[in-house]
Amino acid sequence: MGAEAAIELLGIDKSFGSVHAVRGVSLAIGKGAITGIVGENGAGKSTLMSILYGLYRADAGETRIDGKAVRMDSPHDAIAHGIGMVHQHFMLVDTFTVLENLILGAEGGALLAGGLAAARAELERLAREYGLSVDPDAKVADLSVGEQQRVEILKVLFRGARILILDEPSAVLTPQETDQLFRILATLRERGVTIVLITHKLREIMAATDQVYVMRQGAIVADRRTAETSPEELAELMVGRKVRLQLDKVVARPGEVLLAAEHLSLVDRRGVRVLDDVSLELRAGEVVGIAGVSGNGQTELLQILSGIRPPTGGSLTICGRVVDGHHPSDPAEMRALGLAHVPEDRLRQGMVAAFQAAETAILGYQAEPPFCRNYLIDAPAVGRHCASLMERFDVRPRTPGLLSSSFSGGNQQKLVLAREMAREPRVLLVGQPTRGVDIGAIEFIHRELVKARDRGCAVLVVSVELDEILALSDRILVMFAGRLMGEVAAADADERTLGLMMAGAHGGPKAAAGA
Amino acid sequence: MSVPRRPLPAWAEIAVLPLVNIALALLVVGVIVRVIGADPLQALKLLVVGAIGSSESIGYTLYYTTNFVFTGLAVAVAFHAGLFNIGGEGQAYIGGLGCGLAVLALDRFLPAPLMIPLAILAAALFGAAWAAVPAWLQAWRGSHIVITTIMFNFLAAALMVYLMVNVLIAPGSMTPQSRGFAASASIPAMHDVLAAIGIRVAPSALNLSILLAVLCCFGVWLFLWHTPWGYALRTMGHNPDAAVYAGTNLRHMTMLAMCLSGALAGFVGVNELMGVHHRLVLDFPAGYGFAGIAVALMGRSHPLGIVLAALLFGALQQGGAELAFEIPTITREMVVVIQGLIILFSGALVNMPRPWLQLILSPRRGGEGVK
Repeated sequence: MGAEAAIELLGIDKSFGSVHAVRGVSLAIGKGAITGIVGENGAGKSTLMSILYGLYRADAGETRIDGKAVRMDSPHDAIAHGIGMVHQHFMLVDTFTVLENLILGAEGGALLAGGLAAARAELERLAREYGLSVDPDAKVADLSVGEQQRVEILKVLFRGARILILDEPSAVLTPQETDQLFRILATLRERGVTIVLITHKLREIMAATDQVYVMRQGAIVADRRTAETSPEELAELMVGRKVRLQLDKVVARPGEVLLAAEHLSLVDRRGVRVLDDVSLELRAGEVVGIAGVSGNGQTELLQILSGIRPPTGGSLTICGRVVDGHHPSDPAEMRALGLAHVPEDRLRQGMVAAFQAAETAILGYQAEPPFCRNYLIDAPAVGRHCASLMERFDVRPRTPGLLSSSFSGGNQQKLVLAREMAREPRVLLVGQPTRGVDIGAIEFIHRELVKARDRGCAVLVVSVELDEILALSDRILVMFAGRLMGEVAAADADERTLGLMMAGAHGGPKAAAGA
Repeated sequence: MSVPRRPLPAWAEIAVLPLVNIALALLVVGVIVRVIGADPLQALKLLVVGAIGSSESIGYTLYYTTNFVFTGLAVAVAFHAGLFNIGGEGQAYIGGLGCGLAVLALDRFLPAPLMIPLAILAAALFGAAWAAVPAWLQAWRGSHIVITTIMFNFLAAALMVYLMVNVLIAPGSMTPQSRGFAASASIPAMHDVLAAIGIRVAPSALNLSILLAVLCCFGVWLFLWHTPWGYALRTMGHNPDAAVYAGTNLRHMTMLAMCLSGALAGFVGVNELMGVHHRLVLDFPAGYGFAGIAVALMGRSHPLGIVLAALLFGALQQGGAELAFEIPTITREMVVVIQGLIILFSGALVNMPRPWLQLILSPRRGGEGVK
């Protein structure tokens, strides 16, 4: 390995206006090997791969495939050169069968029958050769997420790809499904397929790759054989300084119950039961983590707990106030009760991109003193408040007058977190605390959450990142298909048990709280 | 990923871009004027002189400006809430009805210091009520406000014709207009006020309603940017999900925004009826409601910008009338074309010259894009 390169990139450079996204990147992807490209959000990984796949044209530099210089003007060129891309978000037609999805864009004639028959034969061959078994006549909508991803890979192979680019493939998978994916990738490698794996998860780099390139600020900062490196070293290379991956915290001392949900259920407009009999308790001075693959009801649970929508069944007690379908609450009342909420999607909910940072820093508190006096907003007070939040939470740049959208994801998240924690809430709901946040900021955010817990705040963390749940939580609840699968004490939790629960396989050692 | 462009400096955004847009529009207008056989330079001169050449023409320009400020603010307030209020025309009409009804009912009993504020209040209430129905339909029933406000313009027009012809017409009158208002319901004309303090200007339609317009500008600015309700309203306009998260009731906020919008549009009735006609007449909104959309767009929905845009529209209205009078080949319709072109260039095509300006005014690479 390493002797022969399937792809060589030489001096690739790309700017978007004043943003220099990729700076003179040269790398070689070994033939028949799995090469990882790791870096933080915005490090330029995706831009680089988009250039390779012909979605963008580089300002400078050369792409060589099997030693020959090629031009990539569109994905068509890339496909013609045997490069296939599996996107983070699947591009499948839910109501079509696997076979129909496979031939989409390569139907092979005016009548489908011939193409379908040929495709079926080809699919069987691929399944045999690469061990990728999928029922060709199953509807995509009926497949699990892991199987859908397999269809995506098959689609690419079906088009004759010998080089596979996977962009954050594990974002939607449970740990078990991820392991399965890596087994598939290993099989593909044995059959001579070249694989490029883009990710920000160090664990996956260590588990799956042969070679790893680390990107930072648009440039390749390191090139390692996976066997010869460690997660600590990679993290340091990604961030550019030493990072502590472990979170130090003392044992929690839970106090009184501040939030209690009893048999919450939610049936949405289409009649789908999104939440089913969810009961949980949240005590002062503890962090409860809710693990689960995204889309299993966590979003709706947060909406109900924060008063954004009422439950269709069951009830909720927050700091003494009982909320149910007949006595709905609203986010303003919840705030007054001492509940703060860091929403899952900060751009969509937690802030207003077109507002100045100072304005975003009072979202939800705009009508309260000291921000509002005599019915008027006190702009200097708002500015001072924002400046002090920025100081305390190390938001950069420290410019309250700057538009909220001009801050990086990590700094936006710190600003939202700062706003919600500034009032020392009794209950803090946090959705995806570190989604799209750099490693350096993750460390900081985790420490702040633990500090809030130690002050006696009841913290509920919802995250799809299992590492995060394991690092933060004192108790862990797992959600699957709108139900709580069970509860695990943090001390007894491990990835395997939680992973099985996330896939709906079995309940935890203890039954769900309050059940 | 989109290609980020360097933003223009703020001064260019506010001052240069609109001027370039107007210049482009005038260029096209010049070509058209040439084509129909008139002299573009002479036409331009007539337009300018007609708008600001004498104290009389300035008076008329400012009188038109008053109306454009009201409707421009009306559109802007709704727009900040993410609502596109196309119903300014109808709200102005019904606002005028409210004003007229209050005056017709009470002008014989109340002195001016009571009558005028009461009639202004009635204009606001009726305008707000006419906007409240589409707002309610959108907030609770999900009917799109663009559609309903357009339909409410027609309803307002039909209702007014019915009322004027059948109910409010002065007894014995051959034209559909009400009896004249009593003197206590008349807003003083500017030339009379100025004459009282010794400044002589030619008579025009300009009246003290313009002070109400100035007050509204200040009020809208204060409300939108310096009160928690204005904050919540703008939050809803930019990001409804964030507004819900922040505890804003979107339905109530929709009602509030539209009622304010309708009230502002309703003030056109004050300027027209109590300031000029001194009776209830038909068709006094005369397109101000629709032009308000362009005024707000051009003024970037900011009161200061709206004042400037309203001045331009007022000048065009007044200068255009003079132009049509002086050059027979340039008809009333031609003037509308000129206005339309300016709206086109400063509205729909507002961003067309932006890349050129960016090329000239913003160096390609500088420091970070921090304003």
